[in-house]
Amino acid sequence: MTNSDWPLWEVFVRSRRGLSHTHAGSLHAPDAEMALRNARDLYTRRSEGVSLWVVPSSAITASSPDEKDPFFEPAADKPYRHPTFYEIPEGVRHL
Amino acid sequence: MTAALAPAALALGDDALVLSHRLGEWAGHAPVLEEEVALANIALDLLGQARILLSLVGDEDELAYLREERAFRNLQLVEQPNGDFAQTIARQLYFSTYQGLLYGQLAAGDGELAPLAAKAVKEVAYHQDHAEHWTLRLGDGTAESHERMQRGCDTLWRFTGEMFQPVEGVDVDWQKLEAGWRESVGAVLERATLTVPEGPQSGAWSAGAGRQGLHTEPFGRMIAEMQHLHRSHPGATW
Repeated sequence: MTNSDWPLWEVFVRSRRGLSHTHAGSLHAPDAEMALRNARDLYTRRSEGVSLWVVPSSAITASSPDEKDPFFEPAADKPYRHPTFYEIPEGVRHL
Repeated sequence: MTAALAPAALALGDDALVLSHRLGEWAGHAPVLEEEVALANIALDLLGQARILLSLVGDEDELAYLREERAFRNLQLVEQPNGDFAQTIARQLYFSTYQGLLYGQLAAGDGELAPLAAKAVKEVAYHQDHAEHWTLRLGDGTAESHERMQRGCDTLWRFTGEMFQPVEGVDVDWQKLEAGWRESVGAVLERATLTVPEGPQSGAWSAGAGRQGLHTEPFGRMIAEMQHLHRSHPGATW
């Protein structure tokens, strides 16, 4: 198993129409075409999906764990950002 | 099922069963993890086809595990050892192209095998796509991969003529099948910068009597491994 020189790809699977693509995992492949085929074999062989995206892992910019506090902490004590401060009129369903 | 269908189901079922086992041998040995799963997927597709076809003939387990070598009706091509990865891909290219055209014709007809063929055609289209992609990559890759891919194609060439021997009960246009196969495989090899092998594909010097129950030496070892568990522990399950 010497595939360390092949780039890493992130795999996104849409499980059915109407849903969005969800991250399923990652794999190694020499290029996009092969990545898509490998993704088909690794992540949809139990009929998990109807559509696949593969994205080079290097193309993803991720937030850093060091920035966790400035990024996410300020949201923690602001419950008023949740739309829960009004009465739901009677008879409105599916809200 | 009509009795007339048995030779056809046995021949096509044995092709699928034997190639499935050969591909399964890559488990734990494939060049990369992703490819191991791809080969296992193809093997499982073939095993599914084999189960349906052999069940038309009799008890699938008895047929798979308790027949002697001479009772198998598969092509000699599918029993050939895996060799290196390139040789496995050459075998896949030759066989999946054949199977795609064969099942395509069967699916278009109205014979008893048509529904099964219609389902298998989609699986085989992926097997063919997989084989063609790898043939292109290896053939048009490095000097080493090109040489190995060419060697794989050359090694197996003499087993390809047998594919076009008519099989009793398989109602297809064999000449059209052979012409389509040559065109398709020729085009892939050309794109992959490979040379279509020379030498007899059929005739006195070519291999092939698998459909008559004559098999090559590696096949005996393969079925010994495939059958030994069932023969040592009859009816074993897990």
